[in-house]
Amino acid sequence: MTPTTSTAPALTDPAATDSAVQPHVTADGRQIGGVLMDMRNITLRFGGVVAIKDISFDIREGEIRAIIGPNGAGKSSMMNVMSGFYVPQEGEVWFRGQRRPQMKPYEVARLGIARTFQNIALFDGMSVLDNIMTGRLTMMKSSLLEQALWWGRAEREETWHREKVEKIIDFLEIQNIRKTPVGRLPYGLKKRVELARALAAEPKLLMLDEPMAGMNVEEKEDMSRFILDVNDEFGTTIALIEHDMGVVMDLSDRVVVMDYGRKIGDGTPDQIRSNQQVIDAYLGVAHD
Amino acid sequence: MLYREAGDFKTSYREDSQTFPLRLDRWGYYATLAVAFLVIPLVINDYWANAVLVPFLVYSIAALGLNILTGYAGQVSLGTGGFMAVGAYATYKLSTSFPDISILIHILLAGGITAVVGMLFGLPSLRIKGFYLAVATLAAQFFLVWLFNKVPWFYNYSASGQITAPERTVLGWFVTGPQTSAPAKYLVCLVFAVGLAWIARNLTRGTVGRKWMAIRDMDIAAEIIGVNPLTAKLTAFAVSSFFVGVAGALFFSVYLGAAEVGEAFGINKSFLILFMVIIGGLGSIFGSFAGAAFLVLLPVLLKNVLVGTLGWPTDLAAHIELMIVGALIVVFLIVEPHGLAQLWRLTKEKLRLWPFPH
Amino acid sequence: MEQFLYAAEVVVNGLMAGVMYALVALGFVLIYKASGVFNYAQGVMALFAALTLVGLQNGQVPFAHMINATFGTHLDTFGWTLPAIVAIALTALVMVGLAIAIEKLVLKHLVNQVPIILFMATIGLAWFLEGLGDVMWGADIKMLDVGVPKGASEALMTVTEQWTGYGFYIDRLDIWAAAIAAMLVAALMVFSQYTKQGRALRAVADDHQAALSVGISLRFIWVLVWSIAGFVALVAGIMWGSKSGVQFSLSLIALKALPVLMLGGFTSIPGAIVGGLIIGVGEKLFEFYVGPLVGGATENWFAYVLALIFLVFRPQGLFGEKIIERV
Repeated sequence: MTPTTSTAPALTDPAATDSAVQPHVTADGRQIGGVLMDMRNITLRFGGVVAIKDISFDIREGEIRAIIGPNGAGKSSMMNVMSGFYVPQEGEVWFRGQRRPQMKPYEVARLGIARTFQNIALFDGMSVLDNIMTGRLTMMKSSLLEQALWWGRAEREETWHREKVEKIIDFLEIQNIRKTPVGRLPYGLKKRVELARALAAEPKLLMLDEPMAGMNVEEKEDMSRFILDVNDEFGTTIALIEHDMGVVMDLSDRVVVMDYGRKIGDGTPDQIRSNQQVIDAYLGVAHD
Repeated sequence: MLYREAGDFKTSYREDSQTFPLRLDRWGYYATLAVAFLVIPLVINDYWANAVLVPFLVYSIAALGLNILTGYAGQVSLGTGGFMAVGAYATYKLSTSFPDISILIHILLAGGITAVVGMLFGLPSLRIKGFYLAVATLAAQFFLVWLFNKVPWFYNYSASGQITAPERTVLGWFVTGPQTSAPAKYLVCLVFAVGLAWIARNLTRGTVGRKWMAIRDMDIAAEIIGVNPLTAKLTAFAVSSFFVGVAGALFFSVYLGAAEVGEAFGINKSFLILFMVIIGGLGSIFGSFAGAAFLVLLPVLLKNVLVGTLGWPTDLAAHIELMIVGALIVVFLIVEPHGLAQLWRLTKEKLRLWPFPH
Repeated sequence: MEQFLYAAEVVVNGLMAGVMYALVALGFVLIYKASGVFNYAQGVMALFAALTLVGLQNGQVPFAHMINATFGTHLDTFGWTLPAIVAIALTALVMVGLAIAIEKLVLKHLVNQVPIILFMATIGLAWFLEGLGDVMWGADIKMLDVGVPKGASEALMTVTEQWTGYGFYIDRLDIWAAAIAAMLVAALMVFSQYTKQGRALRAVADDHQAALSVGISLRFIWVLVWSIAGFVALVAGIMWGSKSGVQFSLSLIALKALPVLMLGGFTSIPGAIVGGLIIGVGEKLFEFYVGPLVGGATENWFAYVLALIFLVFRPQGLFGEKIIERV
């Protein structure tokens, strides 16, 4: 399956404001809805170092949105702001039409935002199955007493969520390793388990931090297919950071380009390809 | 050829997540329980109860508690002795103040009180991690021991500063005090140990267990996927302290009968329990029992060999014991950080393939 | 005025005790900086060093107790006494030997383990050393005298008497301890700044990987740093031992170095010293003012609780670097 996400006519104007972009259907039949997350004038500083400078962009329901840029451009910091791990000094994060107040990361997770990490952040001492089950922790309702006695909701919940998780295990084709401790898995599979854990949360917004970093061609193809399938089958909105330009251009509907903490481009892959500033800052320098 | 999983199919997720998925393991478990409840009480004598079985059961409970905190939730505590003291003194105060209420309820309440104290000392775990926290728990250890030593209210102003368990019965049998029989002591501890192990197993295989392990393995990632570190860590401290408190209550009221806080619940007690957890296996219920058994039996064995057979003085034997235990800790951490439980798993793994290992 | 002078005396004595804590804390910091190991056994090392020193000085037969028990002999001493300086030198050699043994038997096998595993290993080590010390030299309380002056400093008492009308009681041993600790710190600073080994040590402390890649032997550094820590333990053992005899409680007193470190931060030598002084003064003052109200002996826990409360508000300690978490 060749990922050829079309360029929607409504998006041809790179300067188009959010309200000007109407919900539409892509050429391959996916629904793109209204604005899901809106980052407004985000500035993030560490001491005197400015990691992100006054960046705004939005993510629309159902789309695959990529953030690219050279090393140190501030992409991961941006993702950390989106997931509430870093608190920006200036700017606002709007999610599902509401301004998100300052929250702890675990509260952000409960809003329906799940993510993967650049350097895999799985729980090494637990099995694949338990790792994926942790993705559903926010939905578990049974009390400590019920769990202690394995009674009432505790047992029902366990079975119910296990069924859901098994579907994801089937979807990502990792049935044979479900009882294996994560620490023993090879890199590529770990990345897949991490995706499974994020998916298990049934997120409104799925954020992938370099999902294909360090993978070989075959693994990259697998991962691309999974990302597209997730977007296609569950209609999950995806924001991803990626280094591999080819992959990004093939996968995403719209791309934000960052360099030295600033936004230097925003638009469809085709627009980005022809954006001189982007070519200078990113493609011309870092492309190999 | 005997230990097999072939043909032992699971048809539901419920069956798959049970404690002993293999039929043979399940039978082994039931057989052990049957022997523990039906056979041992008939044959137990005072020596076996006092030297081996009762301390084994009590320490198992304490080790379970510490294992929940350290092995599952990844928070190292050196305050176990102090928390056991809370359980002991709470039982003492409760049972002397309300003599009409069953001692069993007092013991459970003592666990609850210890849970509250444990949560209090667990609060700093939100800000400090690793061995910073381990050292901070020493504050609990030293402060609590000092408190029970210096505030006479806790030992009912007795002249010796000791606490002595009042005589109490359950179903007409003495369970505390000098008239308690060996089977009664053993059975009380056994009921608590088995019940609490079952609870520990339930907690660690479900939601809260996964939260603890997530915090243990990578706390930042855990928070980002939606685990509230505050509640996860505090429940770990509370549950762990409950277990430790019950262990302390039993240690004092059933096993010792009388206790002086510095003697019975000093810092070495904290280390002893920690060692049980390390040798038995971090993050393993079975390991908690195995570690307790190991460190209860080792001194008995050494004493029999060094003092009994070789005729060495007891203090020398005690010092040799220190060396052996210390060396064992290092050896286990180097060779098998998951302890006896992992060795047991590996043995079963081999057994599963035996006699055709390929 | 009277009350104030009492308090002042308490403070001065607290400062002196604080120096002793700092001395032990120094050993912790050295090992932690160079190898990332939080060495719980540092206190027991001080005890072990003191036991060995006394044993050598008095010509005790090592393992006499065990040999007698096994063979029915009546060994006790060789019948000589060694001059203090020789005994100290020999003990220092023993501590180097111990450092080599620890590196070979323990640390080498625990490379790349998480810090908390290493920490627990040093707890095991502490038990082992405690047992070993007792088996080698016997567990009875021993007097240690290497010629460090003891008793009240008459001169100081007279001077303060003249100035304030109240003679301060300060043990000469404490003054010596303070002076020796200061010299030790100065020597360590010089060592780490101006010698090749010292620079290697700082390099390792900064970045293990980078240090390895420029050809610094990590194993040598570990032996070196554990030897230095052994020497620091020896000095601490001498001071504590001269003050209150060589006995098990010495290793517990040494444990107080832990809260000192929590205050000062695990990686900072000045932090260890300042932390030691704060704890020393704090616990003496607390015992002086609050102790009588609550039954005394607050020194058992004050340091820990103070460090605990402090850490909640400043997790990195007084001088530690602020931790920025990353994912």
